[in-house]
Amino acid sequence: MKPELFLGNEAVAQAAIDAGISGVYAYPGTPSTEITEYIQQSKQALDRQVRCNWSANEKTAYEAALGMSYAGKRALVCMKQVGLNVAADVFINSAITGVNGGLVLAVADDPGMHSSQNEQDSRFYGKFAMIPVLEPSNQQESYNMAYEAFQLSEQSQLPVMLRLTTRLSHTRSGVLRREVLQPKSLKLPQSSKQFLLLPIFARKNYRHLLEKQDLLQEWAEQSKYNFFRDGADKSLGVVCCGLGWNYFQEVFADSEIPYPRVKISQYPVPVSIIRKLEELCDELLVVEEGYPLVEEQLHDFFGKGKPVHGKLDGTIDRQGELTTDKVGRALAVIYDEPFSVPECVVPRPPSFCMGCGHVDAFKALDEAIASYGAGHIFSDIGCYALAALPPFESIYTCVDMGASITMAKGAADAGFFPAIAVLGDSTFAHSGITGLLDAVNEKTNMLIVISDNQSVSMTGGQDSAAKDIIETICVGLGVDTRHIRVFVPLKKNHEEMVQIFKEEIEFEGVSVVIPRRECLQKAMWRMKRNKTK
Amino acid sequence: MKTDVILAGVGGQGILSMGAIIGLAALEEGLHLKQSETHGMSQRGGAVVSHVRLSDRSVYADLIHHGQADLILAVEPMEALRQLPFLKKDGYLITNTDPFTNLPNYPEIGKIQEALDQLPKVLKIDATDLARDIGHAKSSNIIMLGALSAFVHISVQSFEKGIETVFAGKGEDVVEFNKQAFHLGRKVALTTV
Repeated sequence: MKPELFLGNEAVAQAAIDAGISGVYAYPGTPSTEITEYIQQSKQALDRQVRCNWSANEKTAYEAALGMSYAGKRALVCMKQVGLNVAADVFINSAITGVNGGLVLAVADDPGMHSSQNEQDSRFYGKFAMIPVLEPSNQQESYNMAYEAFQLSEQSQLPVMLRLTTRLSHTRSGVLRREVLQPKSLKLPQSSKQFLLLPIFARKNYRHLLEKQDLLQEWAEQSKYNFFRDGADKSLGVVCCGLGWNYFQEVFADSEIPYPRVKISQYPVPVSIIRKLEELCDELLVVEEGYPLVEEQLHDFFGKGKPVHGKLDGTIDRQGELTTDKVGRALAVIYDEPFSVPECVVPRPPSFCMGCGHVDAFKALDEAIASYGAGHIFSDIGCYALAALPPFESIYTCVDMGASITMAKGAADAGFFPAIAVLGDSTFAHSGITGLLDAVNEKTNMLIVISDNQSVSMTGGQDSAAKDIIETICVGLGVDTRHIRVFVPLKKNHEEMVQIFKEEIEFEGVSVVIPRRECLQKAMWRMKRNKTK
Repeated sequence: MKTDVILAGVGGQGILSMGAIIGLAALEEGLHLKQSETHGMSQRGGAVVSHVRLSDRSVYADLIHHGQADLILAVEPMEALRQLPFLKKDGYLITNTDPFTNLPNYPEIGKIQEALDQLPKVLKIDATDLARDIGHAKSSNIIMLGALSAFVHISVQSFEKGIETVFAGKGEDVVEFNKQAFHLGRKVALTTV
């Protein structure tokens, strides 16, 4: 066997295919997107008829994966860290129902906020749900853990979280694959009450979950992914989690590591392994990517234990991605930096693609509302959020998927006029629909602009669940057909667009304006694909 | 043998393809490697960087630390300068001299030149011009990759295999002109340095 070149996310995807999954469920979100994309493009997965379309949002994805597990088959569900908030309802409850076929949640956190609204650490969700969490440190471990996680899930009868971070997801390396397993057959859960979370059954299930905790703890203590290595200098013991292990080893890449250390890649936190380190050393340093999850658990409430350093006391910068530089500084190793960035270098933030339809839509909308002053547009997560940056500076909010409509509604309820929401077609399908229902029910005086580029463009042009059915959805939710207006956002239609925006702002009630033009990038990929065919 | 390379440019300039080719070539040579990429939001015309770490021993960290890169390879000169804190004292900076000016306040090119010329080891290539000369304007990134090949311990054959794999889906002629571009860049580097 020769190693193959895999992106961390691809390693997870290939492992899931090799482990015999019958389906992957996901909503695109950086840094998790490539897991599903890889499965969609895999011939092996196609031959096995692995179900792999995009879901409307993370909650529907997780619920469908749980359904596949109910039927006895192995399922993978993928999302980014903020997506887990959307799926939190079913995620927490899935620990109570347990699983039938192996269910693995691959969730990619984004410390450093390269492409996210926050840095939240999904390990806390794993602890909250009381399920096993695996945190690989490299691409080979990503493959191995994803492969083994399905079995772990079936053994524990619990969903298993595979916690990835940006750097792991988006680094390529050589990976050795394992034996390809056959998909499982259909099989109903042993107990007909397992997935019924009515109070009488839920209480019983919850007790089962609590009873399993000792076993999960034992597995973590014995896991080959958690281990102790001795070192000569007992003044400091180092606990490294996931990727932190890499950066710690890198600091001593050219010399022997002087300190006793523990690597953690399977949770719950293996207490006895860390206790051994604590007994041996004068002080501890915790190196983890994300929030201080392990560090918090090691702190003694009353300050009686040995000193523990890390993100809480500022030994390691609490914010942002972990780096060798940060870990080196925590170990008093200083790196030379012979050159600095010359003054002439200016920031280059992301920007709209040249000729993008969102741009024409915003130009018309900005003109239509110029007389009302600034601050009237509520927006959302997607390419169009780039309108927050110069030269546009049109939008004032971008909080979570779907919050454009609901926040504009709240402002309208407060008497704010005009209250305008701008969101994309996929975001509308993800979480805009329910907000629109609220607005329709209360006849809120607001304008909703669904800037439809017929794709999920920010993450690379995936299909939107609302493609070609946006008007139908709006009508179905009760929007007056006379106030659903569609046009093509092009420079030549500018006057018409401004006029439509003005009319619909003046209309008292819910109106939906849909500028519709295919994403340029997506059109380009489509044409290229047709050419090579 | 250990070579740490920073690849720099703007979203859409082909940084990810370059990284993938280097990765495949390194694996072909039996080297250990880690190649990190920028995905998502910054791909839309924003600054893009990839850390590539090659070694005959284990590679631990996914990111190169400050002052440790042996090479910066940039397809755009201001993006080359942005990565300078990563460069080693005796490291080489190889850059395309053609600016990508998708922002209104792009600095005067004279100032960029000046900053580049102050570096002890710099190789400037007008890869955009060279790519136009061979009739494939989009291959400037592979010309730069060819230049890089003169600095790393990876055979030409392995690079060619990487090019074949990455461009296989796009047709035989795309593979061929990218190989041509690669050899042109390599030649320029070997005759200049």
